[in-house]
Amino acid sequence: MLDNNQLLRFTTAGSVDDGKSTLIGRLLYDSKSIFEDQLEAIENTSKQKGHEGVDLALFTDGLRDEREQGITIDVAYRYFTTPKRKFIIADTPGHIQYTRNMVTGASTANAAIILVDARHGVIEQTKRHAFIASLLQIPHIIVCINKMDLVDFKEEAYNKVIGQFEEFSSKLLVKDVRFIPISALLGDNVVNRSENMGWYQGAPLLHTLETMHISSDINKVDARFPVQTVLRPQSEEYRDYRGYAGRVASGVFRKGDEVTILPSGFTSKIKSIDTNDGELEEAFAPMSVSITLEDDIDISRGDMIARSNNKPEPSQDVEAMLCWLHNDSAKPRAKYTIRHTSNEQKAMIKEVIYKIDINTLNRKPEDVEMGMNDICKVKIRTTKPLLVDSYRENRTTGSFILVDENTNETVAAGMIV
Amino acid sequence: MSKYYLNYLDELESEAIYVLREVWAQFQNPVILFSGGKDSIVVTHLAKKAFFPSKIPFALMHVDTGHNFPETIKFRDDLIKSLGVRLIVGSVQESIDTGRVAEEKGKNATRNALQITTLLDAIESNKVDCAIGGGRRDEEKARAKERFFSHRDDFGQWDPKNQRPELWNLFNGKHFEGEHFRAFPISNWTEMDVWNYIKRENIEIPSLYFAHEREVVWRNDSWIPNSEFLQLDEREKIETKKIRFRTLGDITITGGIESDADTLEKIAQEVAAMRQTERGNRSDDKRSETAMEDRKKQGYF
Repeated sequence: MLDNNQLLRFTTAGSVDDGKSTLIGRLLYDSKSIFEDQLEAIENTSKQKGHEGVDLALFTDGLRDEREQGITIDVAYRYFTTPKRKFIIADTPGHIQYTRNMVTGASTANAAIILVDARHGVIEQTKRHAFIASLLQIPHIIVCINKMDLVDFKEEAYNKVIGQFEEFSSKLLVKDVRFIPISALLGDNVVNRSENMGWYQGAPLLHTLETMHISSDINKVDARFPVQTVLRPQSEEYRDYRGYAGRVASGVFRKGDEVTILPSGFTSKIKSIDTNDGELEEAFAPMSVSITLEDDIDISRGDMIARSNNKPEPSQDVEAMLCWLHNDSAKPRAKYTIRHTSNEQKAMIKEVIYKIDINTLNRKPEDVEMGMNDICKVKIRTTKPLLVDSYRENRTTGSFILVDENTNETVAAGMIV
Repeated sequence: MSKYYLNYLDELESEAIYVLREVWAQFQNPVILFSGGKDSIVVTHLAKKAFFPSKIPFALMHVDTGHNFPETIKFRDDLIKSLGVRLIVGSVQESIDTGRVAEEKGKNATRNALQITTLLDAIESNKVDCAIGGGRRDEEKARAKERFFSHRDDFGQWDPKNQRPELWNLFNGKHFEGEHFRAFPISNWTEMDVWNYIKRENIEIPSLYFAHEREVVWRNDSWIPNSEFLQLDEREKIETKKIRFRTLGDITITGGIESDADTLEKIAQEVAAMRQTERGNRSDDKRSETAMEDRKKQGYF
């Protein structure tokens, strides 16, 4: 593997019937990422279950209950590497009740693979997956039209799905959509180009994943640095050192930049950008560094460093799309803890503006009950200002979670509108 | 292509440093679970980088089964000294002596499962609220479902079906008195990533990982090292082989592989060509299909 290889995170959405597990198994198997002892274990289980041959789908089973019930309960992460890239798959269950898992897997993904059964075309579930991918602003969507072998590898079936998908996705905010006709079971256009579909001029799935441009997926314009912790060594050598440790959320910071500290509004200049490997001239997202400033300013966890000519808006009232993740429904006007970057505040859901029917994408203003897996537009008020950007502009400074103070559970995920 | 992108190792490193700093910010008394194996060594190295120029603000906690490779203990003590951090030792022998656990019997007896009690006792008595581990999701199927911040109830148990959702990089470490968290900064690393990183950073690791001559016995499809704890049956015989270890655990359960890889370069090449998972040589995982899940639920590493 080359030293400049990048890491690509993608999520796979689909149900058992779509052949999602088979597709993942196929990717791992054909890229030689399955080890012999793993394969042996799958072979044994396949035999015990009376399956013919090796059921590649079994490779994605994890927990005891999942193996017993043959379903996926939770997001599972899989890894494989090719000579071109390292990949992390967030394998999420596709059933309706698992919206929360799909949202979780989508939150860090560069790309989403959405599986469509060539025989059935775009169904409600496809729409749901595409909607969540667009809601979470996954930069690239790859629609894999699977089971092409069952429609005689006909181009018409492929074109029909494209038509159906585009008609519906015009309502969504998706930047980059590609369509690949595949057969996960037989391997057509997964790793190797299909010999059965000469009419398809595009690249197979793996090649697409290996070459798609992802350097621009992170916002490199708006420099934002949430302070995680303050480093004060108090050693002989670093007596007066005061470094602000954090991970660049977006944009680029350079030594000498004029910066503003929020929420205090004090300004200073970047004196140095430090790492254990030495000083840097610049730092960009998602690098973890320590920043020192020319001036002595009181800065602590939860503060944000931004360039003086480009700052986030401090705001106590935000509108957001909220995905409810917990069995306990949202309590009207109840207080929650909101975690936004490294900042933590108290927050109250002031108003549910509408709920989205994730199958039709219709807005339902009359339905303001927020339960598990519901996605609603809400108004939130916080005790102190949050330093926010819109999620569309910035996935890091535009996202937050809500924590129930009575149970400490994470109950909701929010995207600032 | 824009110059503003990280390669995969830099991105993994940055992510791990971010996680370690979150642990420090969200907990009162975190420790690094240190086994002397490569993963906990890498986590310790990352902690050094995360808090530079400060010292690592965590103590290292070692659960000592008493069945150690002597090399591991020496390595641990040298590392503690050079980093200037505190060492906490939880002793399985002590748990046995005080009647907290009972030794397994028979030829395949190990102290692997006994560690759970010792670990949880050490966490409780030292008031640890977060134990940082070197667990990786690629290691084992139950670990594939782990969070970066993983909640443990007041019995130290993991409930895999009821985990807190973890979105973006927003970690929720809130907990009640008596509960604790496990944090896994290198969740997204594979074995290959770990070796490539060790090579790149030139991190010192115990000599056991390099090919060396050793007295061993063939058992459960791997070479088990000879030690004072080993019970042989009639058909087994001690041989001398050139071997190295892919993972390090108890001397009684860690199988070696025959190898000539005596440099990091050669190890990385060998790992890249491996067709068996690294835990394939760990008899603790072979006991059942869900051996890891079952132990993890009880509070295992």
